Amino acid sequence: MSDGTATMAERTIAITPELVEEHGLSEQEYEQILAILGREPTFPELGVFSAMWSEHCGYKNSRPLLRTLPTEGPLVIQGPGENAGVIDAGEGWAVAFKMESHNHPSAVEPYQGAATGVGGILRDVFTMGARPIAVFDSLRFGSLDSARSRYLLDGVVRGVGDYGNCVGIPTVGGETVFDPVYEKNPLVNVMCVGVMRKEGLILGTAEGVGNPVMAVGASTGRDGIHGATFASAELDDAAMDRRPQVQVGDPFTEKLLLEASLELIERDLLVGIQDMGAAGLTSSGTEMAARSGNGIDIDIELVPQREPGMTPYEILLSESQERMLLVAKPEAEQTVREVLNKWDLHAATIGRVTDDGMFRVRQGADVVVEIPVVPLVDECPTYTREGIESPDTIALREADLSPFTSFASDEEAKRALLTLLDSPTIASRRWIYEQYDTSVRTNTAVGPGSDAAVLRLDGTTRGIAASVDGNGRYVFLEPRTGGRIAVAEAARNVACSGARPVAITNCLNFGNPLGAAVYYQLSEAVAGIGEACRALGTPVTGGNVSLYNETPSGPVYPTPVIGMIGILESIDDRVPSYFQRPDSDVLLIGRTREEIGASEYLAACHGRVAGAPPRLDLDEAVRLNEFLITLARAGLALSAHDCSDGGLAVTLAECAILATGGPLGLEATLESGTSEAAALFGESQSRVVVSCDAGDTDAIIALATKHDLPVARLGTVGGTEDRFVLRVGERTIDLAPSEMGGVYDAALPRRMQSQVGLTG
Amino acid sequence: MKIGIVRFPGSNCDDDCYRAVNEVLGGEAAFLWHKSHDLQGSDVIVLPGGFSYGDYLRAGAIARFSPIMREVIDFAGQGGPVLGVCNGFQVLCEARLLPGALMRNQDLRFHCHPVRVRVEQTDTPFTSEYEAGDVLSMPIAHGEGQFVAQAETLDELEANRRVIFRYVDVNGEATLEANPNGSANNIAGICNEERNVVGLMPHPERAVSELLSSVDGLGVFRSALAAGVGAGG
Repeated sequence: MSDGTATMAERTIAITPELVEEHGLSEQEYEQILAILGREPTFPELGVFSAMWSEHCGYKNSRPLLRTLPTEGPLVIQGPGENAGVIDAGEGWAVAFKMESHNHPSAVEPYQGAATGVGGILRDVFTMGARPIAVFDSLRFGSLDSARSRYLLDGVVRGVGDYGNCVGIPTVGGETVFDPVYEKNPLVNVMCVGVMRKEGLILGTAEGVGNPVMAVGASTGRDGIHGATFASAELDDAAMDRRPQVQVGDPFTEKLLLEASLELIERDLLVGIQDMGAAGLTSSGTEMAARSGNGIDIDIELVPQREPGMTPYEILLSESQERMLLVAKPEAEQTVREVLNKWDLHAATIGRVTDDGMFRVRQGADVVVEIPVVPLVDECPTYTREGIESPDTIALREADLSPFTSFASDEEAKRALLTLLDSPTIASRRWIYEQYDTSVRTNTAVGPGSDAAVLRLDGTTRGIAASVDGNGRYVFLEPRTGGRIAVAEAARNVACSGARPVAITNCLNFGNPLGAAVYYQLSEAVAGIGEACRALGTPVTGGNVSLYNETPSGPVYPTPVIGMIGILESIDDRVPSYFQRPDSDVLLIGRTREEIGASEYLAACHGRVAGAPPRLDLDEAVRLNEFLITLARAGLALSAHDCSDGGLAVTLAECAILATGGPLGLEATLESGTSEAAALFGESQSRVVVSCDAGDTDAIIALATKHDLPVARLGTVGGTEDRFVLRVGERTIDLAPSEMGGVYDAALPRRMQSQVGLTG
Repeated sequence: MKIGIVRFPGSNCDDDCYRAVNEVLGGEAAFLWHKSHDLQGSDVIVLPGGFSYGDYLRAGAIARFSPIMREVIDFAGQGGPVLGVCNGFQVLCEARLLPGALMRNQDLRFHCHPVRVRVEQTDTPFTSEYEAGDVLSMPIAHGEGQFVAQAETLDELEANRRVIFRYVDVNGEATLEANPNGSANNIAGICNEERNVVGLMPHPERAVSELLSSVDGLGVFRSALAAGVGAGG
């Protein structure tokens, strides 16, 4: 029950310019609000506008850019604008998937920030009628030399793990990158993939005037009030005091909500359903109404509340977790309640769908909010700004890299490889993913640690492959190229597993867009993503924008993260990433160019973030993917591993270290006509290392040539007792596979050891 | 012959157990709802893994008070075969159908990866299809899997051949390195005195096909199906 005094106090709050500013609204935006309402807003109305017109909900700085992305394709069933995107997976099945960021909450409270990030993205997927089958995480932290970064990594990994593990959805893939720019502003992006029968699709709409609107799941508390606005401002030191704004997750309730929702949808009791995510009841109520062109009329006193004395403002903007808004079919209200009771959940009918297009909130007899839905949801002011590239970035990109292209001795080249294998950005992620349940639901054919995860599509012989990728350093140094590469690399990872890449979701993590340099990064990166998606035939089905990833020491690298979905017509065609047996031939598909710019080699071995990222020829990328898919169907390859961070030397080392059955040796010669450093550690795009039985080498060379791709035989896989030997020009790197494996495996646990026991 | 799989709120390996019995082995499995008192004529009962009641308070501590557990305890008392996997093992310990307890892993972290376990005894309803000494590969996935018991209980378990599965290395040796969670005596699974109730931490239902990289868990369900027939169901 609401406290009359608090509510009265709320009603008498004067709407001052300061208050408007505190709500993140500009003078012009406030003028627009006055025009929409034809009067001054009430305090709760100001809160509603503030949330809906925040970057997080309204995309006010990114919407014009996002409109340029391709969103249609033959397999797209549901594009952007819903809780999740949906694609046709064949044989009557569909895949729902979406990625979202939880950066700001994780910066302040890593465990709950990450946990609730997983919770939110699971709800986005199961509210489409899909059963979640996999979670992926894409994480960025500062250097692990810093205690704060270790604390954040530990908390985030526990948070992702505890939530997904408890709900029983495996976390099967991801990426983790470390760079000092993310020190105070880590990035925590999570993707969920779910499956359903195509006819089981349900949307977040409030159709049918008079239909009951029901609040389901957890009751509403004071946690997370204004989370959407919080996520739309820079992280200053005061933000660290915002721990109370971080929501607290309850994965057990989530599991019940998941089962109950899928049962409600399967029994055809609902018209629409939506997660009460960012901006809670406000966004779910208004967005559902907007999609159907209807209004919605709710009584705030009927919303189940966790504590007494909550005001309409608080109830409308609470981001308490594990809550959903349903519109039930007429006559189904009682049955809905029975299903929820079966799962020990409560449902309250809090209002009705109306035909007047208004978002109306009553408190008993009083109307406290009355806003026309369409202008609130669809006419959020948008801004197209002028982007100007920072001259500092141009200087960095054009830096002279010639001092770093060769090695004085074999020893120096060897040390560079070991340094890279010890770099937390490259080293084994086992310390992370063994804290995640990766095998529950028994769909995981290929789990974490490979180029792409591959999951069985239950009930068929098909497989779903997925990968999440992004390289902030590339985007920082040349945003358009970086955006293109993010998509191409995700597609290549999926194609290496044998699957055809079909669609993406994305998370755009950038700094404050009001700055011309950041806006330049954003607009160029989005343009690059669009170009690559069009070329590769992988439309964008949804995603999330996280701006204001900025602290007093500056913005993070512009970090678009791509979540790519691929389909394998037969899961038996899947190709492993790493060597399978001694004596197989090793081939390099693709061309090595004189490209060490923006590489992990420069960062890890020379402390330099400089140079231009590698070129990306999109036609070549398309041909490479076609080649990989054909190769998988033909069953010619024993393994295929994408060449990325750390270049060819690291790719070959990973193939050897992670060989099935334990580390294997290698004898290989790299002849690229480039400098030693570019041959070993350059990150030229569209390259893949393939291993095969010697008898299949000619057929693979012929297939590559047919796809107009350069191909070279590098050498032969050795046995467990053999050395790992790479020759390039005058240099030879000679290592024991077990020594490399030791460095690669120990890099993360060694750094995290001091962490044990520090957090609970 | 029917295998009843109990569904607690928060169970999440229930579907996987069902699939192992029903789809992989062609047996009959049925779900038993936690609020019910009806075992639906099941010949074998499985308590699956997951986080019953969110593992709030303590893993398995609340589930043991579910209405269905009264029937499961009676069923076990009459000699009916009962298997608890992971969270199910925790519930069996909380319900005092099995001795000891499962504490947080020694390093206080959740662990999920394949482990090797050695089949120590084959005279239970869930290991009859194995040979003693067989080394099986199956995944673990738990945060609270460290088996502990008082010294005399451990002695009694060993003396009466009630340790059913033990964590071992590639050579079949129960070494310190092979122990993923600090369990006493590398214990991965035990049985009750009457040998009809078995609990284990690893997940046999996740090791039932080549696609999942191991078929070593099939023997647990094959044994159960054979035991159910033997029980005359």
